[in-house]
Amino acid sequence: MIRYFREIFEGLWSLLVGLKVTGRFALAPTVTTHYPFDELEVTPNYRGHIDLVVNPKTGKDKCIVCMMCQRACPSGCITVKGEKPEGAKKKVLTEYRLDFTKCSLCGNCVEACPTSAIEFSHEYNLAGTSRHDFHYDLVERFRDRCRALGVEPKIADLTPVAPKPPES
Amino acid sequence: MIPRPDPTLETLVLNMGPQHPSTHGVLRVVLKLDGEYVLEAHPVIGYGHRMHEKMGEVRNVSGFYANVGRMDYAGALSFGHGHVLAVERMLGIEVPPRAEYIRVITTELNRIASHLLWFGAFLLDLGAFTPILYSFDDREYILDLLEHVTGARLTFSYFRVGGVNRDLDERFIQGTRVFIRRMRSRFEAYHKLVTGNVIFRKRVEGVGIISPDMIRKYGATGPVARGSGIPYDIRRVEPYSVYSELDFDIPTFPEGDCFARYRVRLAEMEQSLRIVEQALDRLPDGSVMAEKVPRKLKLGPGEVYQAVEAARGELGYYLAGDGTDVPYRLKIRPPSYSNLSLLNELASGVLLADLVAIMGSLDLVIPEIDR
Amino acid sequence: MTDVFPPDLIRLIVSFVIVVAFAFTNAAVLVLVERKICGHIQRRPGPFEVGPHGLLQTAVDGMKLMAKQMLVPRNADASLFRAAPILSFVPPIAALIVVPFARLLQVRDLDIGVLFILSLAAVNVLAILVAGWSSANKYSLFGAIRAVAQNVAYEIPLLLSLLTIVIWVGSFRMSDIVAAQGGFWFAFTPMGFVAFLVYFICGIAETNRAPFDLPEAESELTAGFHTEYAGMGFGLFFLGEYTNMLLVSAIATTLFLGGWNGPAFLTTTGTGFWATVIQTLWFLAKVYGLIVVMIWVRWTYPRVRFDQLLNFCWKILIPISMANLAVTAVWLKL
Ligand code: SF4
Ligand code: SF4
Repeated sequence: MIRYFREIFEGLWSLLVGLKVTGRFALAPTVTTHYPFDELEVTPNYRGHIDLVVNPKTGKDKCIVCMMCQRACPSGCITVKGEKPEGAKKKVLTEYRLDFTKCSLCGNCVEACPTSAIEFSHEYNLAGTSRHDFHYDLVERFRDRCRALGVEPKIADLTPVAPKPPES
Repeated sequence: MIPRPDPTLETLVLNMGPQHPSTHGVLRVVLKLDGEYVLEAHPVIGYGHRMHEKMGEVRNVSGFYANVGRMDYAGALSFGHGHVLAVERMLGIEVPPRAEYIRVITTELNRIASHLLWFGAFLLDLGAFTPILYSFDDREYILDLLEHVTGARLTFSYFRVGGVNRDLDERFIQGTRVFIRRMRSRFEAYHKLVTGNVIFRKRVEGVGIISPDMIRKYGATGPVARGSGIPYDIRRVEPYSVYSELDFDIPTFPEGDCFARYRVRLAEMEQSLRIVEQALDRLPDGSVMAEKVPRKLKLGPGEVYQAVEAARGELGYYLAGDGTDVPYRLKIRPPSYSNLSLLNELASGVLLADLVAIMGSLDLVIPEIDR
Repeated sequence: MTDVFPPDLIRLIVSFVIVVAFAFTNAAVLVLVERKICGHIQRRPGPFEVGPHGLLQTAVDGMKLMAKQMLVPRNADASLFRAAPILSFVPPIAALIVVPFARLLQVRDLDIGVLFILSLAAVNVLAILVAGWSSANKYSLFGAIRAVAQNVAYEIPLLLSLLTIVIWVGSFRMSDIVAAQGGFWFAFTPMGFVAFLVYFICGIAETNRAPFDLPEAESELTAGFHTEYAGMGFGLFFLGEYTNMLLVSAIATTLFLGGWNGPAFLTTTGTGFWATVIQTLWFLAKVYGLIVVMIWVRWTYPRVRFDQLLNFCWKILIPISMANLAVTAVWLKL
């Protein structure tokens, strides 16, 4: 009989203790961030999709078109193309495409690059309506980022072959 | 055999999953019910099969770094740890001590995060909505810390053959020390809110009792085995990495019910905090990457088996090489697969609500089972 | 004029409209309050973006629910399937008629007020049964079965605990019960307190709220009896649930917490306009206080298991409330 009542009282007491815990937390300040309005600072080590490294003084890239990154990528999402301009010794980057839909953010490409020509961006607000939105032209992005930094981009500035007029 | 509908209508066949709130992913359990009592429970797996093992046989070692984290999204670093240890063992690569300590620190933090996720999800299975938000509050700290050092929050791909790919900085170390203090103070609220609660106790005590015999029969490991009184922990029985230098206990509880498994995991979080604290104190200086790691990792010929203690139990990597840089065979022994196989025997004769509690207490991560 | 529209009828229609409007407002407010409280318990702000501090969230949600199509599953019994939501929210609204919000603010002061409310509240289980049965879904069926067993069992201690008060006062009439609590409230007497506790627990079980939310047990039965409902059908179940909460708390307030009486000297028994306002405010304050406790409880505990639920009822609640009733009866005779 006594056990019966003891159990009831202990049970009730444990329930009250639980209420106290939630009650105390309810009065404590909230811990969430109102996301689109406030944003948390993203760590500088964050690994977003890759980007070409910009030299902020010269507006040049560091790529030597060695294709190491393309070969290192396990998912085959990188396409690098380069050309040797007339009279130059080294190849110049003409095209750098990233298919971000396939990228698993493993970091192999960045580690493989002998000249540290690519880095991780800090983009995480990525959304798109089609998968083509995630096929990035990193050369184009490079130009944009240069302009944002206020330097003249010096990348892939071989005279572009004029596109053929459509045959009528 | 998957049960078929019973023409006499005495029993009911119910498909739980692949989309069901408490199968946590794409597990399908076909139940044969008599009223609310479960007669048989047959897990049907494979809905999330992504051929990770096969991918391991067509890619070189570094190409597989990204895959390991995708098998167990809750405790990805243990999976990475096993993988690199297996390769290092095969190639005889010596890892600098600092790198090993960093691996242990991050893996143990990841283990706490995984247990916190389990804690919340288990309570959610039992119908309590609030604890998961509290445990996620804590887990968020861990993820922030790990994000700061690895660059990602869930699929870390941080460990490399020969070391790790980024050194710890002061911000991580200070942050971890703060987190250890914070986490220790939080356990009290957890115990008050959950462990002592009479409803919770009634739901888990004496439910889903696993005998040590069953553990051996099915090869269950991890907190499930330790909740049945078997002190089997790879970190102790086959010490790898620097675990032999660190002082920690292997919590075991003999009852074998859901409550014992619950207490094992809560005690393990405290032990992991101890490990992290000690490892931070002893963190040696030096490089985090071995000097002589060949660019092309030629495996074998030969084979190795390397087991590590993941958050859910023994995780084994069997690696066979034939002299090329692509493994000849990569077999993964995930802990949840064996733990899940206990389900049918455990489930016969329990109520539907108990089945949910039992599945929760096994801490199943379905992508790891399906691979 | 009065021959065509008897004043009684007009009064009835007007009050019915008011009661329905009140039930809808109540549900709208409670949805927001519940989400806010739940949010703060979980250390997040709850709805925040629609309107200042998310005040308009319910309106937007209601609009969304109304705009959605109400699907009827192919094998379902369509007419029963459509009837169930209505069945779930009309009875609790009708029961509000006899609730005395203030001395004068009561639509009908029936002499069997308590019985009237209880019999209407019992229809709730029928709605769940019909919903679960007609959905042609195994999970819904389980929800329905659970609901019936649970509600039938919990009706007994509920009635016993109310009976304690009824024999004390010697009347089923709501106004008599309130009047009897002018000096002291029943919840502050030993017997009354036990009865109040039993009643409150049963009330939570009757409204199928956590920790007794077995008919909809999300982690076991996906959504239980309303798994197949979408759109306004689902909305009406919600409305029914919140009106039921209101009703349960209103009964508790009337029978145990002194109804529209305020504490000690802050009270008035007058019949003037301001007296009515003050009485209504006291009444609503107590009702919503109880509802907040119910919400608080819901977001704190895990769910009980089915056999434990029934054990708890038969082994603990019923003996205690019976003993309590006996003690009260003996004490009144002395
Ligand atoms: S991060 Fe990995 S998957 Fe992504 S582009 Fe680089 S190598 Fe390829
Ligand atoms: S980015 Fe680096 S690895 Fe890739 S082609 Fe350029 S230099 Fe080579």
